[in-house]
Amino acid sequence: MVNTYEETEVAVEKRFVPKPLDINADIAWAKINKDILRSLERPRPIFWVIFIASFALFLVGVSCEVYQYQTGMGVANLNNPQVWGLYIATFIWWIGMGHSGTLLSALLHIMHADWRKPIYRYSEAMTTFTLLTAALFVMVHLGRIWQFYYVVAYPNERWTWPNFQSPLVWDATAIGTYLTSSLLFLYIGMIPDLAICRDNAIGIRKKLYTFMSLGWMGTDRQWANFRVTYLTLACFLMPLAVSVHSIVSTDFAASQQPGYHITSFPPYFVAGAIYSGLAVIITLFIVLRYTFRFEEYMTMPILEKLAKLTFAAGMVWTYLNLIEYATTWYGNDMYAKQALIYRATGPFAPEWWMMNFLGSVLPFALTFKRVRASIPVMLFMSIFINFGMWLERWMIISPTLAHGIYPWTWDDDQWPSFVQWGIVAGSFGWFNMLFMLYCKIFPSVSMYEVKEMLHERRFFKSTNVATARDSAINPDLAVEGGLAS
Amino acid sequence: MSITNLLNNWSFYRKKRPYQGQYDLNRQYSEYKWAMALDLDICTGCNACTTACYAENNLPVVGKERFKHGHVMHWIRIERYWDEKMGEFPEQGASFLPMMCQQCEEAPCETVCPVGATSHTNDGLNSQNYHRCVGSRYCSVNCPYKVRYFNFWNYPSTAWPAPLPDQLNPDVTVRTKGIMEKCTFCVQRLNEAKSRARTEYRLVRDGEVVPACVQACPTSAITFGNIVDPKSKVAMMWKNQQVDLYKDMQEKDNSVRGYRILEDLRPFPSVMYLERVRDMEA
Repeated sequence: MVNTYEETEVAVEKRFVPKPLDINADIAWAKINKDILRSLERPRPIFWVIFIASFALFLVGVSCEVYQYQTGMGVANLNNPQVWGLYIATFIWWIGMGHSGTLLSALLHIMHADWRKPIYRYSEAMTTFTLLTAALFVMVHLGRIWQFYYVVAYPNERWTWPNFQSPLVWDATAIGTYLTSSLLFLYIGMIPDLAICRDNAIGIRKKLYTFMSLGWMGTDRQWANFRVTYLTLACFLMPLAVSVHSIVSTDFAASQQPGYHITSFPPYFVAGAIYSGLAVIITLFIVLRYTFRFEEYMTMPILEKLAKLTFAAGMVWTYLNLIEYATTWYGNDMYAKQALIYRATGPFAPEWWMMNFLGSVLPFALTFKRVRASIPVMLFMSIFINFGMWLERWMIISPTLAHGIYPWTWDDDQWPSFVQWGIVAGSFGWFNMLFMLYCKIFPSVSMYEVKEMLHERRFFKSTNVATARDSAINPDLAVEGGLAS
Repeated sequence: MSITNLLNNWSFYRKKRPYQGQYDLNRQYSEYKWAMALDLDICTGCNACTTACYAENNLPVVGKERFKHGHVMHWIRIERYWDEKMGEFPEQGASFLPMMCQQCEEAPCETVCPVGATSHTNDGLNSQNYHRCVGSRYCSVNCPYKVRYFNFWNYPSTAWPAPLPDQLNPDVTVRTKGIMEKCTFCVQRLNEAKSRARTEYRLVRDGEVVPACVQACPTSAITFGNIVDPKSKVAMMWKNQQVDLYKDMQEKDNSVRGYRILEDLRPFPSVMYLERVRDMEA
């Protein structure tokens, strides 16, 4: 609390130390609309080339799945101790990636970190699509995919219910909840932008945007309601993002397979999820910035902040990873210790050490400013960090199953067959397709929030210290002046 | 528990004592609780039990290639462990162990099945409902003995070319691809015996019904029966070996040979093994 005039003066000075601007404050408002709506225009031919390639990749996955459906899971080279393989590993990876979208759009929204504004929209879309991709793997790994609905609690005449003790049922419920709420969150956050699209579109698109913008006029009352709804949803989504991956981790932590049965799994999984998600946000950031010429909105200071956040998440993940090894080691449980030694020295050792290198050592490169400032290097880094995180999931699943409690069933012959690889590749095609369609149908940068951001920047620029001091002393003035937002 | 008390009785509190499960045998089961005792001293490892199981339960023979890939479907298997310190092959000793579903009382597989396809019956079996199974294979992940076998291929279409379908056991269904299966203690025989006994207003007598492996065992190494009945042979064996169904470790003399596998994980398995006595010097 400040008392004297001098102290107030100092506090105000400190509060308004000029920070490097994330975004140039002088962009004209009409230019924002123009630049971002340009990304919705007729795509270049290369778009169709990539789209068709993604679709072909997706078809590869579909045909592998059809083959597996017709023949049986044996074609995936899964076997009896080794029952899950790449399917569950890639499932965890996809579902983990989504968490960072929510982090950017909900957590940073509540924390008023406004540098998120130009980049949160596509991250939230990424969340939705990664969840859709992860849901595919839940289906694909089932032996009888045609009866997947048994896992859902639906009313039926036989009064059969799913087994609510099973972490898989929690999983299905959690993913369903997360998917619905993040879809809703994405849509509601898009409404003002859809109205802008509506005002600029013709033909069938005009009809689509008119329908989807729900009669948005931009009145005071609409904005007030919008704010409240958006904030409420953000508050709802935040604990969900933590709980979903914790629940996914209980699939393993709640089982008694050595190497899975670890108490620190929930935070470990959440940290890994946010880590790999931030890496994929950086990848998409660079791709969108280049493709749509969003240099003025997706600026280097924002990339820098993302890189720092990735580094922080990477360190949390590294810490929890080492905690896992340490608790296993000092816990001195014979089975768990053996499983750990097997991972580090057995046939999976190259992958395991590569995972540790890519996940824990590589991010230290992010401490150098030159690395954070270089776009090609950041692209490389983000892809390799994500590859490391995929390896991490694989290293959780496969070596553990190969080396369980019972020595008779130890099995090293574990290389996944082309069917597994094909379905994993197909999931990339599926995600790519969805994301590309999204970028061409909906604005991937939030126009109204970029304007808000600019408005604040301009306000700070135009107000002198005296005004700022007055508003700091008198909160009413501050609200009126827009400082509080 | 004061600190003085703790210090005075330090060795008492340090001693690991058995954990008593939350159930009591007679309170839990009024009529039947099927259990087994398997004497490794009598077992010769001849694989007759495995063969009998294949015939009784319509298990598919998968062939060499698929066996190599771990797709084998033997519900009861003979595990062989070579001795390490006893020379090369002809002189090298080995120990072996028939392993089947242990019909655990607190089965790890039951809690994790998302659809409740595997559950406990009221005669103490760990049942598998093929029609309900969606094939998530979580039960296999959580089974410490790894005695659950997944149908990786559609065996009914390949395993029995004509006229082999004629030799299939009509009491047992064949299983399609994508579901989990495991030893049932020949539940079709048990149910048949139970219903026959019920029509005669009595309980199943000891020795009236046995699974195929027990029936086929040439040395009678396996004893099967109803452990609720204190006069049954299996109940007496469990009692003599001082093995309690609901304890995670047994307080017993060194003179008895009974033990259960991976007891400390607390699945409370229903199969008791009797240690093989070997003269390692000979």
